[in-house]
Amino acid sequence: MARMKFLCDVERCIECHACVTACKNEHEVPWGVNRRRVIVMDDGQPGEKAISVACMHCSDAPCAAVCPVDCFYQTADGIVLHDKDLCIGCGYCFYACPFGAPQYPQQTAFGVRGKMDKCTFCAGGPEEPHSEAELTKYGTNRIAEGKLPLCAEMCATKALLAGDGDVIANIYRKRVMRRGGRPQSWGWQAAYGQNV
Amino acid sequence: MKLIKKSGTTATSSRPGILGRAIGRRAFLQGTGLAVGAAAVAGALPTTMVKKAKAARSIDPKAEIKRVKTVCTHCSVGCSTYAEVQNGVWIGQEPAFDSPINLGAHCAKGASLRNHGHSTRRTKYPMKLVNGRWQRISWEQAIEEIGDKLLKIREESGPDALWFAGSSKASNEGAYLQRKFAAFWGSNNCDHQARICHSTTVAGVANTWGYGAQTNSYNDINKSKCIVMCGSNAAEAHPVAMQMILRAKENGAKLVVMDPRFTRTAAHSDVYVRFRSGTDVALIWGILWHVLENGWEDKEYLRKRVFGFDKVREEVAKWTPERVEQVTGVPREGLYEVAKIMAENRPGTFVWCMGGTQHTIGSNYVRAYNCLQLALGNIGVEGGGANIFRGHDNVQGATDVGPNPDNLPGYYPLSEDGWRHWAAVWDVDFDWLAGRFDQNEYDDGKGGKVKPMFSPGITVSRWIDGVLEDKANIAQRDNIRAVMMWGHAPNSQTRGPEMKRAMEKLDLLVVIDPYPTVTAVLHDRKDNTYLLPAATQFEQSGSATASNRSLQWREKVIDPLYEHKTDGEIAYLLAKKLGFADQMFKNIKVVNNVPEPESVLREINRGAWSIGYTGQSPERLKAHMKHAGHFDVVSLKAQGGPLDGEYYGLPWPCYGTPELKHPGTHILYDTSKHVMEGGGNFRAAFGTEYNGESLLAEDSWSKGAEIQGGYPQFDHKLLKQLGWWDELTPEEKELAEGKSWTTDRSGGIIRVAMKHGCHPFGNAKARAFVWNFPDPVPVHREPLYTPRYDLVKDFPTYEDRKLFYRLPTRWRSVQARDYSKEFPLIHTSGRLVMFEGGGEETRSNPWLAELKQEMFVEINPADANDAGIKDGQWVWLEGPEGGRIKVKAWVTNRVGRGTVFTPFHFGGHFQGEDLLHKYPEGAAPYVRGDSTNTATTYGYDAVTMMQETKTTLCRVRPA
Repeated sequence: MARMKFLCDVERCIECHACVTACKNEHEVPWGVNRRRVIVMDDGQPGEKAISVACMHCSDAPCAAVCPVDCFYQTADGIVLHDKDLCIGCGYCFYACPFGAPQYPQQTAFGVRGKMDKCTFCAGGPEEPHSEAELTKYGTNRIAEGKLPLCAEMCATKALLAGDGDVIANIYRKRVMRRGGRPQSWGWQAAYGQNV
Repeated sequence: MKLIKKSGTTATSSRPGILGRAIGRRAFLQGTGLAVGAAAVAGALPTTMVKKAKAARSIDPKAEIKRVKTVCTHCSVGCSTYAEVQNGVWIGQEPAFDSPINLGAHCAKGASLRNHGHSTRRTKYPMKLVNGRWQRISWEQAIEEIGDKLLKIREESGPDALWFAGSSKASNEGAYLQRKFAAFWGSNNCDHQARICHSTTVAGVANTWGYGAQTNSYNDINKSKCIVMCGSNAAEAHPVAMQMILRAKENGAKLVVMDPRFTRTAAHSDVYVRFRSGTDVALIWGILWHVLENGWEDKEYLRKRVFGFDKVREEVAKWTPERVEQVTGVPREGLYEVAKIMAENRPGTFVWCMGGTQHTIGSNYVRAYNCLQLALGNIGVEGGGANIFRGHDNVQGATDVGPNPDNLPGYYPLSEDGWRHWAAVWDVDFDWLAGRFDQNEYDDGKGGKVKPMFSPGITVSRWIDGVLEDKANIAQRDNIRAVMMWGHAPNSQTRGPEMKRAMEKLDLLVVIDPYPTVTAVLHDRKDNTYLLPAATQFEQSGSATASNRSLQWREKVIDPLYEHKTDGEIAYLLAKKLGFADQMFKNIKVVNNVPEPESVLREINRGAWSIGYTGQSPERLKAHMKHAGHFDVVSLKAQGGPLDGEYYGLPWPCYGTPELKHPGTHILYDTSKHVMEGGGNFRAAFGTEYNGESLLAEDSWSKGAEIQGGYPQFDHKLLKQLGWWDELTPEEKELAEGKSWTTDRSGGIIRVAMKHGCHPFGNAKARAFVWNFPDPVPVHREPLYTPRYDLVKDFPTYEDRKLFYRLPTRWRSVQARDYSKEFPLIHTSGRLVMFEGGGEETRSNPWLAELKQEMFVEINPADANDAGIKDGQWVWLEGPEGGRIKVKAWVTNRVGRGTVFTPFHFGGHFQGEDLLHKYPEGAAPYVRGDSTNTATTYGYDAVTMMQETKTTLCRVRPA
């Protein structure tokens, strides 16, 4: 069985935000809720790098571990989803998530948290696939149609890859081999030093 | 194609949560009746969720979904996309993986196209200002009133009192009808975005080697070993092009970015060169100096294919590394490195955009880039080329066949020959057409007189002067009294405060656009102002020409929203009211007032021989869209299938009739291929000799040419001389007699020339020395507003001219004053990835607007500290001509010390005031801000009237 993963190739990411608007387009995510964002490091400086971030669909998801109402579940493909009918909008998952993925609608006068919203890997939610309820609460269900997340499918430079972790790892490995030298992935220098 | 969404589940079988209790709890909740069915859920949700439920679209999984292929309208890359439409509603957008141009990819703008299908922030129906308030009117009333006012102005002041901006965002068919509309109205006073985009490029490259267009393609960059980008920020302006650029880089190509600003493109470069804005000629000559010093130039190539390079050598010799550093700020080693990389990594491509064009000497910049590439032998080869990335999605097409003030479709000149050619294509009497124009004669600025029909009209960069300038100083009968902005933002043009005055002085102002645009709100007009809702390109079909000259056919996705009408229908309705529809649409099929795009394209095919817009019949273009997947991503050539051997989108020139089956031209001037396989050579457009020296190619010809050496353009005489005349059919002979290849409406001369492997436009050398330009060899001249006033005495600008495109134009008198003490910072401008052009359309798209919600200025930390400015603070940016804008400070090293940058997409504020109250209700864009061009200044290119937006001065202070 496939295990679904995202991988953002920072050598390719150009901060164009296509992934962000593709997500908005596909799921009609309201203003202020960002299932996916592009994070820029060293903005405007040599060494500037950008990376597109959303829910990483962790194998052992910290959000699920801390959720007081256990609204999280994983699909057979390893996609981490949650049930908005159960969610109480407490924000504990936001504490736990290493990527800042959980989002909360901020539309009321006093900033009351709504139900948590996050990237579904375009896999909808616990409702009947393609039902009105699923579309309304979670967005479309591309996985059920045999398609991959639109953010990755529309990425301008094919920096953002999504799909079976083994397959995208192969694509990335080939790129790294082609580029030669050490992997140019972001974080390498921080982890192993400049000269490794 | 019919598609039904699968109703079965494939991969969603949920399993219990990690703690194994989720299912149980869910079952419990269902049992309590809190969640039974969608309706009940919606009712039980907190208000925030209910709001979202209302906003979401509804998709019936069982009903038919129609897939329509269209092309993004936001830049010139030409990304295809599939729209999914159900019951007339655009419900989904899917990537077009089959397109060899984008392989499914999009940028932020392309990935949000579906918003066009339900956007509400539009001009929804015709409106007019009544005592300063917008009032809804009917289309009939709008056309009647506008028509009557235009006819009255025509009666009083002649046809040239109307000036209109057509659009690079119209389809080829729409843009062509705009040019035809101007012709049949009887005026050359029309223009479009290309003037302020790449006009200096078009003039520069056309005068160097023949055609005013990108020589290669985005895809061909895959073959480059070196990519130099100068004044191009593709990561934001052409993001999907970066897919090809980064692939080339991964294959080992070197990426060099030269820009005053460390752009998001520069972040991916191997070598980044920061230089002073406004000094490109010095920069390029600085590189070429090293090339020549080290003997890295391609001497054989220069001998065979380039004219006048010795004169360039003389100029370049003056640009020693010390001199170059003094002017540009780049030290010797920096440019030596660039020169070495370019010399050692051939073929190399050179990319430039607005950073290289929007200058008072923009055509010099362009020609300097050309000379550098010629010296390295990089033009006319795969992987090389002048890869000029154009701006709007159809700016190339609108330049080729659209509303230009200085030529006719296909770049036919405004001479009697040019007009007679098109009059014949249009099947109208030349004298009748001539009678439509003003019958006075205008001052030609050279001591003579010119008929208005043959006099280039006023440009979009200068229309405000056509309104404001004293009538006595203008070379036309009266000032401009009526303006129509037909798909053009005003905030992309410089000198905002003067534009406001010009708008207020007009007798009639009409906006034809899907959006109100800044034209609706900038001024304080009370009446005689109209908004006509024009349909987007997703609400009609038609062709668009991408930057690489490929034509792509868009299918109509949805019917026009609200009361929108297509450009074609609006042209027809106006022409009908103004009394020339029968003539203008004589051979065009019109159904219910809507001209059929296919029929319009066929008329273009029948006339635009000069640039090979003749082979791209609607049928061929549609076949290319259908079989897009057959084309190779690098060569753009179809492999097998019904289109075997053709290039994707039949990139022009696609010579001859559609029946000739020319495959299109992927790489211009490529002698390694036969002309019938898209090969070619430089064009013989400037005669056969200059001062006794031959201009024709030496020992160089395209593969298979029967004339082995240079030869002039083909015409009936040359054909007879060669003994090939009798290869024409009797019908062809009749039309070809007395004609050249560009005016032979049978296409016979082209057919026979190509049969013999010859290029119809001749085989000549590229011109390094362009004697008809103000500077035949590009020279550096300081910007009109320069921070280095000390250099003005060595590098002065041009003398003022009494008349240029009908208007007095100043250079020396502007530069006469030193502003650098009061206004110490260079003000440059550019694009952001989420917005386009004047930005009204993209700032009205919530998915894009959310990404950048405030207008800002990038300022270096040192300059910010000098001015007492903190990051995120409101500041005033003030220009030397009095315009000022209130924007947020973004303190960053992205700009060097002494330079500030602003994006030009904002509008809807004027000098700190939000103009929200002036928009029609509900039609204002989500994001508004002060426009860069409120603070920009005077300054125009001496060949094309391109405006200067990249180098002016300003000062910034806390607000």
